[in-house]
Amino acid sequence: MTTIIKAEGLNKHYRLGSMLRKVSINALDNVNLAVESDEPVIVSIVGESGSGKTTLAKVVLRLVEPSSGKAVVYDTVVAGAGQQTDPVAFLRTVQPIFQNPFEAFSSYRTVDAYLADTARRVNRLDGPAATRAIEEALAAVGLKYQDVKGKYPNQFSGGELQRVSIARALIPQPSIIIADEPVSMIDASLRMNIVNLFLRLKKEYRTSFLYITHDLATAYYISDYIAVMYRGSIVEVGQARQVLASPQHPYTRLLLDSIPSTNRKWTGRGFVASDIETKEFQLTGCKFANRCPLVQQICRTQRPEPRRQDDGRDVYCHFV
Amino acid sequence: MIKLNNIVATYTTRRGQVNAVDGVSLEIPRGIILGIAGESGCGKSTLMKVIYGDIGYPLALSNGGVEYGFADEKGHPVTSATIRKQWFRRISYIPQSSMSSMNPVVRIREQFVDFQGPGLNKAKVLEEVRAYIRQLDLPAEAIDAYPHQLSGGMRQRVMVAMATFFQPDLILADEPTTALDVVVQKGILLLLMELQAKMRNTIIFVSHDMGVHYQITHKMLIMYAARAVEYGDSEAIFKAPLHPYTRMLIRSLPTIGDTQLREGVSGRPPSLWENLQGCRFAARCPLATELCRTRDPAFIEHRPGQFAACHYPGEQSIPLEAAA
Repeated sequence: MTTIIKAEGLNKHYRLGSMLRKVSINALDNVNLAVESDEPVIVSIVGESGSGKTTLAKVVLRLVEPSSGKAVVYDTVVAGAGQQTDPVAFLRTVQPIFQNPFEAFSSYRTVDAYLADTARRVNRLDGPAATRAIEEALAAVGLKYQDVKGKYPNQFSGGELQRVSIARALIPQPSIIIADEPVSMIDASLRMNIVNLFLRLKKEYRTSFLYITHDLATAYYISDYIAVMYRGSIVEVGQARQVLASPQHPYTRLLLDSIPSTNRKWTGRGFVASDIETKEFQLTGCKFANRCPLVQQICRTQRPEPRRQDDGRDVYCHFV
Repeated sequence: MIKLNNIVATYTTRRGQVNAVDGVSLEIPRGIILGIAGESGCGKSTLMKVIYGDIGYPLALSNGGVEYGFADEKGHPVTSATIRKQWFRRISYIPQSSMSSMNPVVRIREQFVDFQGPGLNKAKVLEEVRAYIRQLDLPAEAIDAYPHQLSGGMRQRVMVAMATFFQPDLILADEPTTALDVVVQKGILLLLMELQAKMRNTIIFVSHDMGVHYQITHKMLIMYAARAVEYGDSEAIFKAPLHPYTRMLIRSLPTIGDTQLREGVSGRPPSLWENLQGCRFAARCPLATELCRTRDPAFIEHRPGQFAACHYPGEQSIPLEAAA
């Protein structure tokens, strides 16, 4: 079995504040995650802002150095001890897609220049061979080279430009694409085209995805595995449909209960979140303790260990 | 009743003039939450600016206007020409980003009292503000803080408090929760619903999230390419939409527990710079015929209280839910 993605004791601390009043934020706090498979998979990392999901993506993309621990992608150590250092080999395994395609591409360059750059630097292709690789990648996302060539980002809609950035990521034929909120800037009517494209690429090109999102509905729709994060720690991880169909951790339940769905109206009162974000990052016990309806004394003092459930999921809660 | 009479709102740019809202007429009963849905560039935010009366270069109201259905101090009915004088008292606005709407170097309590002009006892008003803040389950100290000291959700609650403090007849909210996490969003939306039920005022709520509309609105307006395409009771619209675009918006996003394949819609809205002919949705519509491509459908009442601009209203080529 291939280790598609693995995080081992991953930590990332940021220091905030002045010299005298330093605050340490654990953006990643002992994150452990392992997905093994022979087939390509889509792994979702979901959570709200400040959950550490983007930091995790950045560590896997080598944009952020972890404070400790290591990350493995397709049997290659990409961050931490024993890191594989060849940048080209890395880019042939892992490729990114970002949230806002209009920020990912400079408005002063034509978008096909980016495609050519990737073909030349990562695939070492030039001339007609590069053009062929670009054409193939664009065809995979449903675009034609002549419709893209010579155009600047402002000549595309958000959905089209996101397709171009996916095509760019496909040129090196990576094993896995790290997609950080790839559809949150895209209009509802076009969003599903992108999400369905991921499913098709997984099937036809055997590309895995690490899908970072706050949108649980699309995560449910496309993922095989899901990890729910809160304040830098994973709270529940397992097979996506099982976790979202019957959430076990009180935070996963709160999250699911808060989605404005179109088939069931809200009842009862909302949840008043307090201003305790920074403090929550530093809690030694369970980070959800301040908001949890099931909280007991042990939650405030002891970090919960993962508890393996019958369906293979891990739940980080003292009272599952 | 709030009446929008054939509103045309025009932006002047270096490239020329473009109508971001192109002929919207609507009658909104009082005391409801009206949701406006549509995608980027459909004109929903521009329509909000027109209703708020926030018109100035490069935006101009080139036709029509709003009748607000209430009178000013002298007894004259308030219209687009006079609405500015009612800001904060009879009409208020909750913006998307509270951070960029508040003065970062002034404490929130100062911002709470500084818009009401001379002749009022600030200390007394502040007292009332504190009592009101407590009613909303906010810590009373929240208004002594600077904006950056509060979390995004707390700031947005303060904005809701500011916008509702004078119990205005009309509250406009332009995507007030899009920048927030779902847990916080739910809290704020429920607060807004509770206040509206208590004050019986009208809220016009813009959001691109159909789930939010389903949860909080009584009536809905769907816009596409600067036009109104459907208007009616939210319940009826979600149950049996008339316009294929509405149908598509409802159907487009997946829900948890439902694994069927969801298709997006190909193409994109037409450029408003072009000379548009016929139905503006025709190029993306599965029902489109020659009639649609050549003749602009009128915005008319097809079912009691439910309006749409479509030559084939209510025809179901896109199933709302797969047959169970």
